[in-house]
Amino acid sequence: MSETKTYKLPIGPVHVGLKEPITAWLDIEGEHIKDAVIRPGAIHRGVEFMARERNPIQVIYLAERVCGICSFSHAIAFVKAVEDAAQIEVPIRAQYIRSMVLELERIHSHILWSGVACYTIGFDSAFHLGMMLREKVMDVLEALSGNRVNYAVTTVGGVRWDVTPAVVRTVMDMIHYYRNEFASFYEAAINDPVVKARLRDVGVLTTEQAIKYCALGPTSRGSGVRADVRWSAPYDAYCDIHVEPVVPQDYTGEVHGDVYDRFLVRVYEVLQSLDILEKIMEGLPEGSITFEPKVNKLLTVLKKAEGVGYGCIEAPRGDDTHAVGLKAQQENVQWWKVRAPTYSNAVSWPLMFKDNELADAPLIINSIDPCISCMERMVLSDTSSGTKSVVTKADLLKLCREKTDKTRRLMGA
Amino acid sequence: MILGLIMRVIAGIALMLLITVFAVLFEGVDRKLHAVMQRRIGPPLLQPVYDILKLLGKENIVPRWATPVFFHGGPWVAMIASMMVFMYIPMGSLPPVLNGSGDLILILYLLSLSGVAVAVGGFASGSPIANVGAQREMILMMSYEVPLAIVVSTLAWFAYKLGMPGHPFSLETYVATSVWSVVGKAGFLGLICLFVAILTVIPGETGKGLMDIPEAKTEILEGVTVEYSGVNLALLHIGFNLRGAAISALVVSLFFPFSLGKAIGLSGVPMAIIDFPWFWVKVFLVEVFGVTFLRTAFGRLKIWQASHFYWAQVGALSLAGMILISVDVLLH
Repeated sequence: MSETKTYKLPIGPVHVGLKEPITAWLDIEGEHIKDAVIRPGAIHRGVEFMARERNPIQVIYLAERVCGICSFSHAIAFVKAVEDAAQIEVPIRAQYIRSMVLELERIHSHILWSGVACYTIGFDSAFHLGMMLREKVMDVLEALSGNRVNYAVTTVGGVRWDVTPAVVRTVMDMIHYYRNEFASFYEAAINDPVVKARLRDVGVLTTEQAIKYCALGPTSRGSGVRADVRWSAPYDAYCDIHVEPVVPQDYTGEVHGDVYDRFLVRVYEVLQSLDILEKIMEGLPEGSITFEPKVNKLLTVLKKAEGVGYGCIEAPRGDDTHAVGLKAQQENVQWWKVRAPTYSNAVSWPLMFKDNELADAPLIINSIDPCISCMERMVLSDTSSGTKSVVTKADLLKLCREKTDKTRRLMGA
Repeated sequence: MILGLIMRVIAGIALMLLITVFAVLFEGVDRKLHAVMQRRIGPPLLQPVYDILKLLGKENIVPRWATPVFFHGGPWVAMIASMMVFMYIPMGSLPPVLNGSGDLILILYLLSLSGVAVAVGGFASGSPIANVGAQREMILMMSYEVPLAIVVSTLAWFAYKLGMPGHPFSLETYVATSVWSVVGKAGFLGLICLFVAILTVIPGETGKGLMDIPEAKTEILEGVTVEYSGVNLALLHIGFNLRGAAISALVVSLFFPFSLGKAIGLSGVPMAIIDFPWFWVKVFLVEVFGVTFLRTAFGRLKIWQASHFYWAQVGALSLAGMILISVDVLLH
């Protein structure tokens, strides 16, 4: 028998099935994936570097723009890190409002992902249904903050917008709407035989692998690991509201660790978020919403602060960890480190790819709900000369100056 | 003799143009209905026409690794083969243009040729993604040809055994005498099985909905057509549209030959005039169900799942139809 030939096929960096640019080089044998190599490096933005020229309040708006979908999670994680460094107490009401917006964001992120998963397998009707359902939560966020994305709700020491009775009404309406309408999406997507055939036993990540490779959020919960920051290290309103991690074995009695399980986890988490929201709205305490409403005074407090702070929260895609360094008498943030959940989850990709089919490739990439621009860190390597070498910061600076000189010469300056 | 030939050529060309317009218009209807079913507004009805007109005015880009002869030849052969099918299909009460020169087997061959030409074009483009698409096209074709062949041969055997007037492999036989009118109870059930089987072949033949596998834009970026642009892409689009109309026309001729003209007591030229649009209404309805409805209701299968579906499930259904019809013939 002749040997079967494998050939390389790229999925990405620009691909219809992917939301963001990343390349998966697949070793294909017919339709079978023998091996996969993930090559990021298409969209590094240098956000952390940009923060060093801004004060903590200005960085909040930068943090929000790390990601469009979990923008509030990034902002909260950053703000928590700053509060930790400067030892600022946040009023209880503000904590509740933060948790409320985090849950709203989780609902919109999960519905969006579920729709995109349906789109990836060609089930456009479920995708459109999902997008239509998502509108309601976007409307609520708009009613609260005036924005549909990048809500700008939080600030250091509290929140900027209070929840008015009108907003409470829209949130309660939304909960009622989803309790009635979400079932149609749920039925259409979960019970559809074609969806089941496409998602079951695809991109399997076993419980052991999920633990070993440090998967986070719905990816780890889909593999049956009870991991949820809201449960293991409660913060804000979650200290009062008990949140149990959503794992497939509690609902179906078994764990496959496949894309279908991740789908189930996200769908059930939407329902769980509705319950949490209801409890938050019921228990919303009275009081102030910010530690210091005047920005100048707040900046003075922050300027005096010195130290390192951490903030870790459960974003829709998993743990979102921010660390920040502040120095006394320095207005700007000294350093800022963002660890988005995709950074940990992406490690599991090659495992998930093994022994699947080409048709599953975009679905597997999407199954961890990747946010590539949140994840990208830069390493420049020069492979053209045959000997691999890593380009350092000094090299980059030298190359940059050479290029500028060359451009100047060309322009006759 | 020569005059007859010229008349045939003129009729053929006129019919081809008309059918191309119908087939492309159907895509507009399909997209609109698909959108309405998803509670969207959707594109205007004439959008596919605009698309094709735009593409016809664009440059053909040939990839560096392509084999130009096959790369350019594929779309032309695919389109012409699907067009030729209509030369052998009776339109309502009108006889086929190439009357007596071909039969059902030829139609099946032409439909396959169209698929093969698309696949050859994909292979010839030299892109690994188009290559995967072309492989999928071939596998899908091999899968749905089995139930299609069973349906057609069962009907031919049935027509032959029951002595239906005309040649058993000629479509005119089925148009003149409806198969539903000559079967018994077992045969009726058998015909339903065959009808459902051939309906499931429509998505495969058109490459839409759950059989959108060779193109699969979210997986392999439109697969076979990924390297095509300009005129070639326009031809491919027309070819795909014609293929959808052709398989639906085949289903209509085999299973719904009912004449509206005859029902309201017309004959001759008025009957032919009434039956021609009536035939197209039926084709549209079959296509709406076979293409639009199915592609709204389902996602895309994987290639081995599609193959399994056609060989096991649809194959079993068509075999059941075959057995029921055999029982019916024995009881007669």
